[in-house]
Amino acid sequence: MIENSSVHRDSRPLLEVRDLGVVYKLGRRRPPLQAVDGVSLSVAPRETVGIVGESGSGKSTIGRAILGLAPIDRGTISLAGDDITHAGYGQRRKISADLQVIFQDPYSSLNPTRTIGQTLSESLIAQGHRSRSEIEARVATMLHRVGMSEDAASKYPNRFSGGQRQRIAIARALMTQPRLVICDEPTSALDLSVQAQILNLMRELQDEFQLSYLFIAHDLAVVRHLSHRIIVVYKGQVMEQGASNTVYSFPAHPYTRALLSAVPVPDPVEQGSWRELRLSDASEARAPSGENACPFASRCPHAVAICRTSRPALEETPEGSSVACHRWRDLRTPATTAVRNNGISQVPQSSPSNSIGA
Amino acid sequence: MSAITTATEAIESPNALRRLFRRPLALACIGYLLLVILVAILAPVIWPGVDHEQAGDLIRARQGSTPDHWFGTDALGRDVLQRLLVGTRVTMVGVVEGMVVVLALGVPLGVIAGYFGGLPDRILTWISDLTFSIPGLIVILVVLSIFKASLLAAMITFGLLVSPHLIRLVRSATLPVSRELYIEAARVSGLSRFYILRHHVLPRIAGPIIVQASFLAAAILLVQSGLAYLNLIIEAPAPSWGGMIAEGLENISSQPWLIWPPGIAIGLTMLAFLLLSDQIRDVGVETWQGPRRRIRRKDITQVQAAALRVEGGRSDSGDDGSPAEVALLSMEGVRVSVSSPGGELTIIEGVTLDVRVGETVGLVGESGSGKTMTAMAILGLLTGGAQITSGEIRFAGRNLVGLSEQQLRRIRGSEIGLISQEPMVGFNPVFRIGTQLEDTLRLHQGMTRRQARVAAIDLLRRVRLPDPAAVARRYPHELSGGMAQRVAIARALSGNPTLLIADEPTTALDVTVQAEILELLRELAHDERMAILLVSHDWGVIADVCDRAVVMYAGQVVERAGIIPIFREPMHPYTAALLSSNPHHAIPGDVLPTIPGTVPKPGAWPVGCHFQARCRLSTTECGEAKIPMLQPTDERETRCLHFRVLAQESELVEVTRS
Repeated sequence: MIENSSVHRDSRPLLEVRDLGVVYKLGRRRPPLQAVDGVSLSVAPRETVGIVGESGSGKSTIGRAILGLAPIDRGTISLAGDDITHAGYGQRRKISADLQVIFQDPYSSLNPTRTIGQTLSESLIAQGHRSRSEIEARVATMLHRVGMSEDAASKYPNRFSGGQRQRIAIARALMTQPRLVICDEPTSALDLSVQAQILNLMRELQDEFQLSYLFIAHDLAVVRHLSHRIIVVYKGQVMEQGASNTVYSFPAHPYTRALLSAVPVPDPVEQGSWRELRLSDASEARAPSGENACPFASRCPHAVAICRTSRPALEETPEGSSVACHRWRDLRTPATTAVRNNGISQVPQSSPSNSIGA
Repeated sequence: MSAITTATEAIESPNALRRLFRRPLALACIGYLLLVILVAILAPVIWPGVDHEQAGDLIRARQGSTPDHWFGTDALGRDVLQRLLVGTRVTMVGVVEGMVVVLALGVPLGVIAGYFGGLPDRILTWISDLTFSIPGLIVILVVLSIFKASLLAAMITFGLLVSPHLIRLVRSATLPVSRELYIEAARVSGLSRFYILRHHVLPRIAGPIIVQASFLAAAILLVQSGLAYLNLIIEAPAPSWGGMIAEGLENISSQPWLIWPPGIAIGLTMLAFLLLSDQIRDVGVETWQGPRRRIRRKDITQVQAAALRVEGGRSDSGDDGSPAEVALLSMEGVRVSVSSPGGELTIIEGVTLDVRVGETVGLVGESGSGKTMTAMAILGLLTGGAQITSGEIRFAGRNLVGLSEQQLRRIRGSEIGLISQEPMVGFNPVFRIGTQLEDTLRLHQGMTRRQARVAAIDLLRRVRLPDPAAVARRYPHELSGGMAQRVAIARALSGNPTLLIADEPTTALDVTVQAEILELLRELAHDERMAILLVSHDWGVIADVCDRAVVMYAGQVVERAGIIPIFREPMHPYTAALLSSNPHHAIPGDVLPTIPGTVPKPGAWPVGCHFQARCRLSTTECGEAKIPMLQPTDERETRCLHFRVLAQESELVEVTRS
């Protein structure tokens, strides 16, 4: 767990999302796609909240909805107390000072026909800054801060490698000194050693600029490294959420466990013992579940009748996380609440409080 | 990483104009068109009377070329050259009027349709379709019957009629650009729509617009000349190119020469427009094809790479063992080079590596290390002018280096199978999975259609697909990512290969699906004694399925070891640094260990150790001479002079752990 979690415990959330629903219309012949279905979450000042899930889970859509890039069907989103659910251009411009984004693909997120300086100064221009020298000074400072040389401002994006472009994208996001940055898979296109550099940079900048991150990624190790809290989503719904250590050490939802056990550990011995333990994750072949069902029921090895007829609500576990599963109490056996720690600790370790319902 | 920069630099320089000017043909076209415009401006000023000149020197009518009249005189004794030059203006004015209308309508409407989509898009598409079905010439004639001899009216009408062509083009060019992430980043920044269209969208689509505009200019010129020929838009004595052709035609029997000057002028000008549009398109193809990730990947394999090299002294610890230990694939000092302006450039410096029957060997490295290039070298699939310049690739007793393309092709699908990161790349989207597998089986194994049908289902069963017959009936787009990768593996198995080369086979998949695919690979290796060379950057994947690992850095193999020792006790500083930069091993919240600096590009490799500049253990010794592969123990090899220091460090860690 990251130490400063107590700092923001009682402060008001910076971002508050309630019962968010996003529906994409796919044309006349196909039914609309419910990409996000009743997600609630909050991010406190200086907090990092990680969203994990497989592709198609709706994790990126949540971020896009907050940024005003996805069609919101229901629910509310508020930033620092202001409702921004259906913000128009004027309001977007105002909140863009506080809300910024870092995208996954460093190749498509910078316009190849604009110099780095032009790209970086845009958000300041949108904020009404007019003084050219002021803008240039700020561009230089930010470039320097993310570890780039100042003469990068006059160059085009094609001069830079993936890692450097991602640094530039970070600089762009921080130009207006935002309070919340949505990070959509910011390191998944990068090499391992470059990824480590970017993750370190993001952590430094968080302390320095008092940032909150909503960190969306599919790599559980990366999310865990940076996040205070974690939200696990599947088919647009929250399956489990809680403090990052709790979710990783005592995963309560079968889906969380399936995800965690699927990540190959970079250690052959440990990975070997994990493989033996891996839950026999059922394939997609089973009958799909209906409207009022647990979204994971069709893939869940523990699904029973109630899972196919009623959608579970989030319930609090003794460890302090919340889980949306009808059977989480039954499933708390020692073998399945195994701790997977920092790569050093061994398999399987029972949870301290797993006597309940076992 | 920096090598990627060199690769994309060549493709994309925002300075398209400069490169256009480097093309002689483009220069000639631009020069000619500028001359025409200059003439259009100046000629009527120099010869102000020509426009109203009913008749010239009647005595000297119908003359051929003379020193006074270079192009001769017409039936009324007027100078043909003067008329041609003065007539340029009205011709060009027509083109400009038409173009103004086309651009003023086409660009904004096309951008609106492409960027905003929805209702405006549908209405504009509908209007465009409607316009295409209108007989243009008749409409122009109707307009001219109202606005008698009005060039302006005719050109505006024609501009209106052809602008849908431009609307469509601009729309389809805008569509992909408007989905780029930088547009979304700009929207998040609260920039106005106008700003985004003006600064982000327009520059990206300028290329295709100019190409199409140039093409339309030629079309407008043709129509203008046609209308002038019909005497519909220009009052009688005033010259125009089309009008001069009409006059020439009247006198074709007595003065056949007359139609040539205006004819050549029209032809040349159209040709200039069309060739220019071609040239711009060529430059544009180079310029605007942004470096998509797939392209980038290709460039990496083309321009840079690295591999493994062992300079002599390699004791083959495995080869003196039991027969099962004999390597199925054995690369020995394979060097891959590409010819560059500065001479031969080595991109893989001598790879040596073995894969034995039933064994899975991991080839690990970051982008630019040369791991993919190494895999492609085995298959003889090197692209971009790269070729093997020395070394041997022995596979099942034969040397693959120097085999003909035909021999290699036979080995490829049948004896060596390939699985790539994008499973469906090799499948045709219009045929069913079953049909395509059957075709491969018939090709490689000479089966009849009936046999192949059975065998295809068997293959799908072999890759553990739950309902093989149903999968065989599907089309490639109907498969999920995991199924697609299984089908791709099935096809790789269709020739009964003994070696499978898997190039980042799970990188594009979700972790849960990845786990299933890795399980399948493990089963193939274990149950069917398949030899697998797994190229990956993911230590987790390597740990999960490999028996041994080979680590590459900047064109060389830097370490080779069994899977447990390499994780427990890395003997090359690069391996150690790469392993520790994995957040998996870090304490959440702590600073991750990183490797300072960047991978050196091919051609910029230092003397001695390629990693020295970024290494914490490097000494002057490291830069003095080539570092050979050293053998700390029988089973291990490292290209590091200081491996003992590393070994001591990891022992210390072991002690503190226990």
